[in-house]
Amino acid sequence: MFTSTTFASILPEILILLLGMLILIVEPFWKEEKRRNVGWLTAGGLLVVMVVSFLAGQPGEPTSTLGGMIRFDWLGFFLKMLFIFAGAATALLMMDHERLGARGEAYLLLLASLIGMNLMAVSSDLIMLFLSIETASIPLYVLAGFMVGDDKSTEAGFKYLLFGILTTTVMLYGFSLVFGFSGTTNMYQLAEMFRVGEIAPLAAFGILGLILVGIGFKVTYVPFHFWAPDVYEGSPTPVAGFLSTASKAAGYAVLLRLFFIAFPEPSLSTSWTMALAILAAVTMIVGNLLALPQTNIKRLLAYSSIAHTGYTLIGVVALTQLGAASVVFYLVAYVLTNLLAFGIAMAFSKVTGLEDIRDYAGLSRRSPWLGLMMLTAFLSLTGMPPFGGFVAKVVVFAAGVQAGYVWLVIVGVITSVIGAYYYLNTLKFVYLYRMPNEDEDNHPIPLTRPYAVALVALTIGVILIGTIFAPWFNWSDAGALNLF
Amino acid sequence: MNFPVLSVITFTPIVAALLLLLIPANRKNEARAIALAAASFALILSLWVYFTYDQAAAGYQFIEKYDWLPALGIGLHFGVDGISAPLVLLTGVVMFTGVLISWGDDHPHVMAGIQDRPREFFAFLFILATGVLGVFVSLDLFMLIFFYDIAVFPMYLLIVIWGWSVTREYAAMKLTLYLLIGSIISLAGILVMFFAQYQNTGVLSFDMLVMEHAGFSQSFQILWFLPVFLGFAVLGGIWPFHNWSPDGHVAAPTAVSMFHAGVLMKLGAFAALRVGIMLLPEGAKYWQWLIMAFASIAVVYGAYIAFVQSDFKYMVGFSSVSHMGLVMLGFSTLNRDGLLGSGLQMFSHGVMTALFFAVVGMIYDRAHTRQIPELGGMSKVMPFATVGFIIGGLVSMGMPLFSGFIAEFPIFMGVWKVQWLVAVVCSISIVITAAYIMRNIRQVFFGSMPEKLEGHITDITMLDKVAITTLCLFMVVIGLHPKFMAPMVQTGVEYVLRLLGGS
Repeated sequence: MFTSTTFASILPEILILLLGMLILIVEPFWKEEKRRNVGWLTAGGLLVVMVVSFLAGQPGEPTSTLGGMIRFDWLGFFLKMLFIFAGAATALLMMDHERLGARGEAYLLLLASLIGMNLMAVSSDLIMLFLSIETASIPLYVLAGFMVGDDKSTEAGFKYLLFGILTTTVMLYGFSLVFGFSGTTNMYQLAEMFRVGEIAPLAAFGILGLILVGIGFKVTYVPFHFWAPDVYEGSPTPVAGFLSTASKAAGYAVLLRLFFIAFPEPSLSTSWTMALAILAAVTMIVGNLLALPQTNIKRLLAYSSIAHTGYTLIGVVALTQLGAASVVFYLVAYVLTNLLAFGIAMAFSKVTGLEDIRDYAGLSRRSPWLGLMMLTAFLSLTGMPPFGGFVAKVVVFAAGVQAGYVWLVIVGVITSVIGAYYYLNTLKFVYLYRMPNEDEDNHPIPLTRPYAVALVALTIGVILIGTIFAPWFNWSDAGALNLF
Repeated sequence: MNFPVLSVITFTPIVAALLLLLIPANRKNEARAIALAAASFALILSLWVYFTYDQAAAGYQFIEKYDWLPALGIGLHFGVDGISAPLVLLTGVVMFTGVLISWGDDHPHVMAGIQDRPREFFAFLFILATGVLGVFVSLDLFMLIFFYDIAVFPMYLLIVIWGWSVTREYAAMKLTLYLLIGSIISLAGILVMFFAQYQNTGVLSFDMLVMEHAGFSQSFQILWFLPVFLGFAVLGGIWPFHNWSPDGHVAAPTAVSMFHAGVLMKLGAFAALRVGIMLLPEGAKYWQWLIMAFASIAVVYGAYIAFVQSDFKYMVGFSSVSHMGLVMLGFSTLNRDGLLGSGLQMFSHGVMTALFFAVVGMIYDRAHTRQIPELGGMSKVMPFATVGFIIGGLVSMGMPLFSGFIAEFPIFMGVWKVQWLVAVVCSISIVITAAYIMRNIRQVFFGSMPEKLEGHITDITMLDKVAITTLCLFMVVIGLHPKFMAPMVQTGVEYVLRLLGGS
């Protein structure tokens, strides 16, 4: 029953759990002022988890394990590695946060959430899926409101909690209807049920709508996006970065697996792809337009990440192998880029305590390297070569064109020009404007070691994805193949 | 395997850019020296490519081919033909002279060159150069658009940081958004072509040499020619999408204006030819009249607007619109003479306008004004620059014995063959051009020097003189000895004509 394949299929999660226990044991022995080193332990541990999983936990032929609860395939594995990498980077970024850095439980919550996300990527059963979504979300509710006494953080945590609970409940209701109609909760069996037409199409559409609410909350497409800016702004910056990247990517993992596996039947898919296409268009437009007037860097990034959800959806809508591959590829590029952007915001506000875009004036003189990294992150978000964002955008657009959604691609094209406006505008502050007294030389922005390590790694990653894109695409493609 | 000269040329600037970023910010002269070394290296290699290109064999040469993303048919496929080899040379020349011009001068009255953060300036300029070279040598459509976008974004930073403080923010944003819209619309068109090819032939490849045989249906070509062609032609400054260009030229620092008008606009024209006309020939034939109309409006209207400018740099900027209009006009003829002229005009105009902007920059750095009525008598203090400008002016007017004539004459011949009326109308621009060039030479260089400038103006530096000499050399050599370039461009044109169905 419990074979080596079963073990391999949840190896990363087991290791993360062990890492969490290790942190619990070790943390009390560290003195208060040294306790931030838990971050090194977490990040290092997660890298070890990645290496061990690569060596011992690679999937072969797609198999179902644990009684059909888990699907052990490349798609899940590749996404897991992405989440773990994002978790490691977030742990590093958390280290020098004044309220999070020295609190062992913050890292523990991060790891718990990571386990949930990993399981989201591989769940092939609705019950397992729901449990993993909750496992991923609940620690994040706590993390978002972690800064007790800070009104904004409390508000963020509470808002996130209420909105999260509401939408997940709706989704759970959808799941229960699925079970009621079909008598099964296994996605792969569901596909069979839908194929033979045992479920009335109208009922199926209703169910899909309910499920899309829950997923919409996770991946923040319009109209389930409006929690994002408030929550990102209020929660601790590293947590906001994690929310906008790994958590969102996990939502996409669910979207891909659930919709590509369980509901690809043409009689169904034509309607949900059309619905998602419209949502994608609206999301791109709304996200980009609302980003224009933002003055706070975290709110700007929040709206920009909403816009990026729209681009990613183009790949989902395509419902082809290229589409799925493009989604995964886009997620890889996007996760790294956005983590970089949030990391820079974190490093900057750590020194200056400021978060407005106009406070970034003179950044390139105060710290040329931080300026260049910001250039990398923002140009990648704009979709400029040689950074990851460009290739990702091209691949997603290609998937859209291939599937015949030229109009959607044109919406994407036009809105990405709007995007270019606010990204470049931000860079103008970094490179052109000066501090009020032109005294940049005396206001350097020193980077502590965790920031330096995390930001440099992310920058190199973003450039690598944008130049040597073949391996990343091939892995995404191999993952996408598992969906067909 | 042979020495991969094209990839070395293409990646030399970006490697230099990375090196530049690694040296400390206060070592300004070291930064300049690295920049000059890299630019000289690229120039020498591009000369080598130009002179070793085998004209008898024609076709694409110095081919390099590596798989990059086989799953989507993307490869790194480099090669130059008779049209792109001169453009690679042009890039080398403009890069080299641009670095010389930006070196700077420590004279108290002179604010020449780049004094603020030269390290970053050269780094961004060289990233741009890699993008430009990459477009000229890429035979893979994905890589072409990849490099094309690399050439677009540094422009924003270069203008916004080092530009003319009055209009730089507006101009830089306008320019970048215009070019982005253009490039991204072309990108959409390219993706459509990519999948149409897959449907027609079952081949998944971005390689342009493969795509030439994709067998796009006529209706498909007619539908997609305009987005693809115009998307690229935006960067070529085609009317009515030229609006960004004079603003951008004026706001940019001297070396960037040179690069921009000299090379970047050719990038747009070249890509429009390479992707629009060569891959969608039927579309080009169908829309020939529209392109010709746009181009002839650009030619005449650009010249007229240049004529009424009182700002020296705006004048040069609009004259670029007019001259790039001639390139587009040559394309629109779709015949041998017109295309040959366009190929030559791209090089000739690139060198000429780089020279113009260099001289304008030198004058502005010293006089601190660009208003033509406020200038005068420059020939007394900077005779060398004066001679250079006059040569450039003669090229601009299309005088025989200079490269402008060699380029413009075939264009008009080609246009005459298609529609004589257009040729007649467009030839008005030659008169207007002559008028404003002559007027400027008289006023700025030979008029009497206004009192408040007296004593402030110093002669240009040695490096500036080297730059001017280099640029003039090419204009005169091509003018006196057209064989230097014409037969080579001819070989490239023959290839285009074969794709057009051998007219």
